[in-house]
Amino acid sequence: MSAKLLEVQSISRSFGALRAVDEVSFAVEPGQVHAVIGPNGAGKTTLFNIISGLVPPTSGQVQFAGQTITTLPCYRRAQIGISRTFQNIRIFPEMSVLENVMTGMTPWLRAPLIGVLLRLPAARREEHDAINRAMALLDKVGLAAQAAARAADLAYGDQRRLEIARALAARPSLLLLDEPAAGMNPTETIGLSVLLQGLRGGGLSILLVEHDMAFVMGLSDQVTVLNFGRVIADGRPAAIRHDALVIEAYLGHKVAARLAAEAGS
Amino acid sequence: MEALDDLFWAYQDLFYSLGVNAILALSMYAVVALGQLSLGQAAFMGIGAYIGAVATVKLGLPFVVALSAAMAAPAVVAALIGVPTLRLTGVYLAIATIGLGEVLRILYLNSDYLGGALGFSGIPHKADGWIIYGLLALILLAFLLITRSRVGRACEAIREDEDAAKVMGINVTGYKMTALILSAALAGLGGALNAHFSSFISPGEFGFENAVTILSYAVLGGVASPLGPVLGAFLLTALPELLRSLHGLRGVVNGLIIVLVMIFLPKGLLGRRVRRTL
Amino acid sequence: MLPQQLFNALVLGSVYALFSLGFTLVFGVARVVNLLYGFYFACGAFIALLLATLAQLPLWLAAPAGAVGAGLIAALLDGILLTPLRAAKAPELAALIVTLGGVLLFTSLLTLAFGTQIRRFPVALMAQSSWQWGGLSVAPLQLVIIATAMTMVALLFLFIDRSKQGMAIRAMAENSDVASLMGVNVARAMAFTSFAAGSLAGAAGILIGLNFNAVHPYMGESMMLRGFVVIIVGGLGDIRGALLAGLALGFTEVLTAAYISSDFKEAVTFSALVLTLWLRPSGLFGKAVVRRA
Repeated sequence: MSAKLLEVQSISRSFGALRAVDEVSFAVEPGQVHAVIGPNGAGKTTLFNIISGLVPPTSGQVQFAGQTITTLPCYRRAQIGISRTFQNIRIFPEMSVLENVMTGMTPWLRAPLIGVLLRLPAARREEHDAINRAMALLDKVGLAAQAAARAADLAYGDQRRLEIARALAARPSLLLLDEPAAGMNPTETIGLSVLLQGLRGGGLSILLVEHDMAFVMGLSDQVTVLNFGRVIADGRPAAIRHDALVIEAYLGHKVAARLAAEAGS
Repeated sequence: MEALDDLFWAYQDLFYSLGVNAILALSMYAVVALGQLSLGQAAFMGIGAYIGAVATVKLGLPFVVALSAAMAAPAVVAALIGVPTLRLTGVYLAIATIGLGEVLRILYLNSDYLGGALGFSGIPHKADGWIIYGLLALILLAFLLITRSRVGRACEAIREDEDAAKVMGINVTGYKMTALILSAALAGLGGALNAHFSSFISPGEFGFENAVTILSYAVLGGVASPLGPVLGAFLLTALPELLRSLHGLRGVVNGLIIVLVMIFLPKGLLGRRVRRTL
Repeated sequence: MLPQQLFNALVLGSVYALFSLGFTLVFGVARVVNLLYGFYFACGAFIALLLATLAQLPLWLAAPAGAVGAGLIAALLDGILLTPLRAAKAPELAALIVTLGGVLLFTSLLTLAFGTQIRRFPVALMAQSSWQWGGLSVAPLQLVIIATAMTMVALLFLFIDRSKQGMAIRAMAENSDVASLMGVNVARAMAFTSFAAGSLAGAAGILIGLNFNAVHPYMGESMMLRGFVVIIVGGLGDIRGALLAGLALGFTEVLTAAYISSDFKEAVTFSALVLTLWLRPSGLFGKAVVRRA
């Protein structure tokens, strides 16, 4: 049994009386694409915020690569290999496309500050390498031609790609994607799917939140389903598709009962 | 050549003020560049001014030591203020620094050692044009170098989206604290330099209105580049001097400028961005 | 001695509570720390003073007129300065900066118009002998102050809780985008809020002006510092907190001045602010604005 990359153990998060996340547990294996799905308000983004460190859990633990990171400060998580994108695309609007990607490289830019200020050779070399690597990433997502453009001026789909490139700049071992296909038309969605498939080889694990079922089922190795903050199913995509609880959560009790009746007859 | 000399003598104080205010504007830049609103520049300036004056007048220390102390003391105070307030939303910092300024002003007013309401006079004229403009050039250069580097990128990232910056691995709290401390040190330096060319300081110079004036330098010039606040300082310092008759209108002019710029020209005069790569 | 001090503290505290109420109301609704509030405080006092001296109006007319006048000015200025920023969805701090510039601008204009000297209310109004009540010296004016403050607070609560506009304001405080979708006229609700807050500030200005018999253009500035302490200790946006903290501040100031030293009042005030920020930043009742690590 390979060591799990990410383990979420009985994580709960309450906001006042609302239990946004309720005793959620699951694990992500290295090199896998793991999807978290569920109706709106099921607690998926809160879960991401807890894993990436923006919000502390009310109880429970998060383990990453054997380390307990539950109380690790947010900025340190990028340093240990966790990277993420946001549901409502949070690129840095005034900065250029290239500069956006370069901010993603922060954990790897380690030349001493004094060298940076005095423009010593070692610092200059590091910055030039960073620019080259950033360009390579932009190339991978198809944005190399717009490297100097102002990020806010990009089309929506391109902004999403930029955000992914920026997240990849940190050389993460775990990439959290919060609804990457949101707001995309079918062509853009397929393009995104291809891009993500291409990322699978390099030892990268992906934890994905999405609503687009075809997108999720085609891409994922493992699926966890949340409803009202609780895990209601966890398994391979094919199994989840037919799970009664899942169907009920999405389509409601009556429809689920009818489908079950039809299947039975 | 003599005409130049005459010109210099007539406008000597203006010449020094331009330089010192530019330094104060850069101290404001340090925090506003990260999207923080610290209104403590005047308070820190006051600490630097009084400490510097005490060092040279009452303790007979060399000017260099006075300047160093004038930078260190506000830095320590900033560190103390920063710890609780930086973890909260920006409004808290603004309020805490306004409060700090007021309290210090009361302290100076009630301190006989520091001259009380009558002010501290007899400060030797140790700050000349070379020192002031030399320091300004050095500080401006340092800021320009910083802006075009990974530090500049991190600062802008923090200003545009703190949470996203954090997630990218930027130690936001560390940066904000450093910026606050740096800004306090620079304001203290400005205060000490000011004290040592105007030979007299009083509590009224370091209150709320002055903090807003310094803020107006950054608002007018914009913070896309360190040159912005410097330009703002030059314009807003020279303007009332050149329009002598409007001396009493300084509050009106500064206030009006802030309002108009924020509504119509939010990025300030120098809105063009400096690129953030080496 | 102590009962007298406590009574004086009650007088001062009730005005602080009144002042802070409006301040916290605006924050709760518009999410803006509106520094112009200090100017409206001075406005109220000046309008009442002018009506009492120039127009020879009796106090019971001049005072409400002053409060209403301040409210109208508030609705006007807030509208002019804050609406463009709200329309552009500018960040919170931008609004704070605009009000900063605004308060400097208008206070300076006020100073130009009226000079910096301290003005007094007409002698006739102030020369009333105090009642002696078992060791307590109570001036009628002080009772009027307490009564006015409490009445206005009660009126505010009723307005917010029971009236239609009040409900609109509460909806906006929760979520202004949704409120406008639900048919709330956001502009009108904001104007009402500004008017209400401005009147509270103006009323507080008149009461403080009467209490110390001093009116000058910068009276709003020192009041704002107290306002900050109260709304932070009470919790940003929380009305109960503003009330309690306002009263508490009044007590602290008077007792410090009486038993330690008058000079220390500000030091105590600021220490309260720093302590609150350090230990419990959301204040007594505030929703936690604390974000961490």
